Amino acid sequence: MREYLLGNVAIARGILEAGAGLAAGYPGTPSSEIIDTLSGIASGYDIHVEWSVNEKAALEVAIGGSWAGTRSVATMKHVGLNVAADPFMTLAYLGVDAGLVIVSADDPYCHSSQNEQDTRRYAQFASVPCLDPADPQEAKDMTVYAFGLSERFSVPVLLRPTTRVSHARSDVELGEIPEGRRRGRGFRKDPARRVSLPVNARRLHRELIDKQRDIERELESAPWNRLLLKGDVGVIASGIAGLYAEEALANLDADLSLLRIGTYPAPSRMIEEVVKHTSRVMVIEELEPVVEELVEIVAKRCNPELEILGKRSGDIPRAGELDLLTVRNAIARMLGMSVTVPEDLPGAESVPPRPPSLCPGCGHRAAYYAMRKAFGKDAIYTNDIGCYTIGISMGTVDTCLCMGASITIGSGIRFGGDERPICCCIGDSTFLHAGMTGLLNAAYNKSRMTVAILDNSTTAMTGHQPHPGTGFTATGEESVRISLEEIAKALGSGHVECVDPYNLEESISAFTRARDFPGLSVVISRAPCRILLRRKGERYIRYRVTDECVGCRQCVEFNCPAIEFDEKAAINQLCTGCGVCAQICPKDAIEVVK
Amino acid sequence: MRTSKCDIVIVGVGGQGVILISEIIGRAALKAGIHVRAAETHGMAQRGGSVINHTRLGCIYGPMVPEGGADILLALEPAEALRYGRYLSRGGVALVNTKPVIPTTVTAGQFRYPEIEEILAPLRGIGRVLPMNATEIAERAGSSQAANIVMLGALSRFMPIEEALVLEALMDSVPRRYIDVNLKAFELGKAEVSG
Repeated sequence: MREYLLGNVAIARGILEAGAGLAAGYPGTPSSEIIDTLSGIASGYDIHVEWSVNEKAALEVAIGGSWAGTRSVATMKHVGLNVAADPFMTLAYLGVDAGLVIVSADDPYCHSSQNEQDTRRYAQFASVPCLDPADPQEAKDMTVYAFGLSERFSVPVLLRPTTRVSHARSDVELGEIPEGRRRGRGFRKDPARRVSLPVNARRLHRELIDKQRDIERELESAPWNRLLLKGDVGVIASGIAGLYAEEALANLDADLSLLRIGTYPAPSRMIEEVVKHTSRVMVIEELEPVVEELVEIVAKRCNPELEILGKRSGDIPRAGELDLLTVRNAIARMLGMSVTVPEDLPGAESVPPRPPSLCPGCGHRAAYYAMRKAFGKDAIYTNDIGCYTIGISMGTVDTCLCMGASITIGSGIRFGGDERPICCCIGDSTFLHAGMTGLLNAAYNKSRMTVAILDNSTTAMTGHQPHPGTGFTATGEESVRISLEEIAKALGSGHVECVDPYNLEESISAFTRARDFPGLSVVISRAPCRILLRRKGERYIRYRVTDECVGCRQCVEFNCPAIEFDEKAAINQLCTGCGVCAQICPKDAIEVVK
Repeated sequence: MRTSKCDIVIVGVGGQGVILISEIIGRAALKAGIHVRAAETHGMAQRGGSVINHTRLGCIYGPMVPEGGADILLALEPAEALRYGRYLSRGGVALVNTKPVIPTTVTAGQFRYPEIEEILAPLRGIGRVLPMNATEIAERAGSSQAANIVMLGALSRFMPIEEALVLEALMDSVPRRYIDVNLKAFELGKAEVSG
């Protein structure tokens, strides 16, 4: 049977087809829909599905699952693997019991990420096999295969889809989903393999190194590596770049040798065949030159005369994502054929940009407005990862590095000798993910600054996943609902208050009190996400501008997509009735539509 | 050698229902037994941003249409048609909703929104341009929200998939209580490009 599936939904399907009984993840584009999909159908299968508090927690839960004999998976975006790097790096020493798969979705071009790191490097770093799917079908099939591979060699296996696989859709041939029990026999005590004392770690490291050759031998004959030897010019391409290369060769009617790679360790014997067979080869892969480096090593041994074109030669870009045109032109240039240069339409360069913006009525905008009134434009605003980073045009986003860094970098700026007011902004989900340790660190080391927790009561940016502050689990079960106020107090902040950002006056005075507090203060600005409220069927009131408007533009400074300006202000149909502009207007010229 | 039977690029603004159109086409293609590949925008770019979706019918390769390769450019918003006009192939068809969604960069007075002719003229230099006020037509069908389905109706005239299958896929994809509005929107959109 075939179905039209999103790449991530295909991966979720693969997890079910493989009989996995545990899935844990933290949301992050482009990986989120895997757990989203599984949580929606978990009740029909013997499977535990959770949104974990962060990626480290997710991976460790999945490790426990595997060690209890249950096939388990942890999902995250590429930078999430940094958070989970501590367990990940040692896990390969200790090994798995039932199959353990880690999905780490890469984001070439930073569509929705802060960097372009390449998960294949992590695989090399940890001596863990990695599968690099080209499309949703491969993503599903590789997921199923990965569990078996993991069990055969007692190693975790990485699956590395990219944005153009995770967020691609295609017709996918489905396999069977096994019925019945998915949970394993339970944890078996085996301290020699489960306790990373040095005496064990030294031995296990050697074992891991010894396994590599066998892993490579199996992967060499896996269906994801395909070799077609033809002319003495060749192309070696990995993952989705292999699809681009194949299409480019068809477009160009070019009869070249082609090796498509889908596994790591990469198939070095196939690479050797291409290297020996050709006089010139182009290596095409997204991001890091992982295959290219291997080709260089093999060529040194087997064919030192080989001309290698790729990133080092400047023929293939190392940053950003590839596409058909880039790949086709690179191959055409290598063959001395003409390239296609797309032209922009006249006028296209002056089309007004449409940068992502906070939604009309978003509580973050109101909080930023009040914060800036209280702290002023000279204050330092360290920021974090989430929807609120989009508020950069409000002047309250001075830094953004990684999950949780707003608070710790704020502390460092203070201790680095800057005496200006500091306001760190972090969302509720991000605070629970990686902000709590930063707050504790700030309290313990006596940071004098303010932390604003922008609480929209969901993980909005990635698709509104629940977290411990929402009181619900991934599968919609009621659970403990933790209080951000209580956590902030327990972690040692001396001044904690919660405020409704839509009440501008109260919000400004709350931020002013926090600014003046001679220690570590926390303001929780709480307003549920407007998108979520709309989905729950909430009806909004709307505002309009009356004839009293004098065109002073103060409401325009509020930066709301619902406010238009042409000599005088006007409010369009995007208004969701937060009412903050009415409080800003000095002429009382904004009123509720009756 | 041509590697796709029909390449479609669908553009618009986050929230206009770009992904839904692609989903319906994909499901219809599946019913027709045609291979289909698509790529869509999620995450940060979605928040009020400009959105592009690639849908390739009769294709087994990558999901993205190359620039200059779209047989059909379907724009739910006029400025987005110009922004992504470089995707339209020579002799391709551009279906353009003429109802603008004004970006904040314009409401804030930083940029000027182009006149509709400034948008359509350069597209006419490349292919066949079919403008329509899909939002107004959708209101006639019962809801301005169905502008995307009006455009799908127009698009159905140019796709290598039987209309009955597109309609089946449409009915599979929208909530039951909105089926009548959507079917009407589809018919009106189709009629818009027939005469």
